[in-house]
Amino acid sequence: MLSGYLPAIVFVGLGAVVGITFAVLNHLFGPRRAMPHKTDPYECGLPSEVQQGFRFGISFYLIAMLFIIFDIEVILLYPVAIQLKAVGVSALIAISIFISLLVVAFVYEWRRGAMEWK
Amino acid sequence: MSGGVLAVVGYTEPWYIQILKSVVLFAIAVQIVPVVLLAERKLLGRFQHRYGPNRVGPFGMAQPLADIVKLATKEPFRPSTSIGFLYALAPVISLLTALAAFAIIPFGDVANIFGQDVGLYGLDVGIGVLYVFAFGAIAFYGLMLGGWASGSKYSFLGSMRAAAQLISYEVAMGLSLVGVLMMAGTLSLTEIVAAQEGLWYAVPQFVGFAIFVIAAFAETNRVPFDLPEADAELVAGYNTEYGGSRFAAFFFAEYVNIIVVSGIAVTIFLGGWQLPFIDPPGWVDPFVVLGKIFAFVFLFVWIRATLPRLRYDQLMSFGWKVLLPLATLNALVTAVLVVAL
Repeated sequence: MLSGYLPAIVFVGLGAVVGITFAVLNHLFGPRRAMPHKTDPYECGLPSEVQQGFRFGISFYLIAMLFIIFDIEVILLYPVAIQLKAVGVSALIAISIFISLLVVAFVYEWRRGAMEWK
Repeated sequence: MSGGVLAVVGYTEPWYIQILKSVVLFAIAVQIVPVVLLAERKLLGRFQHRYGPNRVGPFGMAQPLADIVKLATKEPFRPSTSIGFLYALAPVISLLTALAAFAIIPFGDVANIFGQDVGLYGLDVGIGVLYVFAFGAIAFYGLMLGGWASGSKYSFLGSMRAAAQLISYEVAMGLSLVGVLMMAGTLSLTEIVAAQEGLWYAVPQFVGFAIFVIAAFAETNRVPFDLPEADAELVAGYNTEYGGSRFAAFFFAEYVNIIVVSGIAVTIFLGGWQLPFIDPPGWVDPFVVLGKIFAFVFLFVWIRATLPRLRYDQLMSFGWKVLLPLATLNALVTAVLVVAL
């Protein structure tokens, strides 16, 4: 069962080791010369006004919703694509209906301007 | 063989061979990065009529080593507005996921090494490409958390842009592969390579290949799609507040991602270890794959030296209005042709 996945587990484990090494390397070898202004976030020399909790454009949120629809489309297409040769015409009809429904949604989103970046 | 919730793995060796070959492959993955890094700087130099790094070691070959030592001996730093644990975790996630995805790239078929059959790949899992997409999806958290936990406006904007860009182009990337999957009838990367004997999929699937290459540039945040780190507007994007070895981790992960995506392109579209007209002996296969990967990395550098950066709205509309419909059309046409022929 899991035995075939051993290389993946080894890769993740070694990757974590390398990553954590990188993360702590400065604490082991770096000098410490603390200065109050050193820990300010980068702000082009202006006094920093940064607090936690930023606002961001609604466009990003819209893109994320579009992504969910179309990524699910891709994932649902994969199994059909693999079996297409074996199943033949009926799979082709199914895939056409599925895609044409999504094309309707796509055109609707396009016309409503969901894909315009504002 | 039923895998339960897990996908079926094509070929498995005894556990100690698996661990041994994973360690060797991992070492190779880590070793390629400095080579690619140096090659990129050298080539960029030549493209711009200068020498590139040539001071450290013969022909500047020890330059990556010098960079690592320099970055490792910097002062540990984090902004006072950052969230400590997440700030430290983000580069680890980026690096870990990038390296883990490397395990799937096949460098050859099952070969006999000292009387032991060994598959020249980390693992040949039945879900193939989806394994890479899965780790790629986790890699978003590296960028997002890195930018968000830094507590800086530039980092935050950079990470938002990175997330929107990555998810936009991931859809096109996923769809561009559907045509190949239809022709090959499998997700397993070794079987896809085997199915390309005689004709690489880059030829019949040239539209899919073009979309995949464009999406690959966007997925790895490379010029002309390096908007997340557009230095003119965002300083350095999500890694603005990172320095020293943590920055090195992000940088390292970026180059591992380039190698992984090149490896996937070589495997799926450029015939993996297959060569046209000649059939070399088995031990040549890994070198063929490596050579093709380096050729693809050269394309990355070439494009970087040639093209300017896109504007952000152009980037988004290109992904959604051009690549996505084109990839869908490609999938439909391929489906009709596969069934009809």
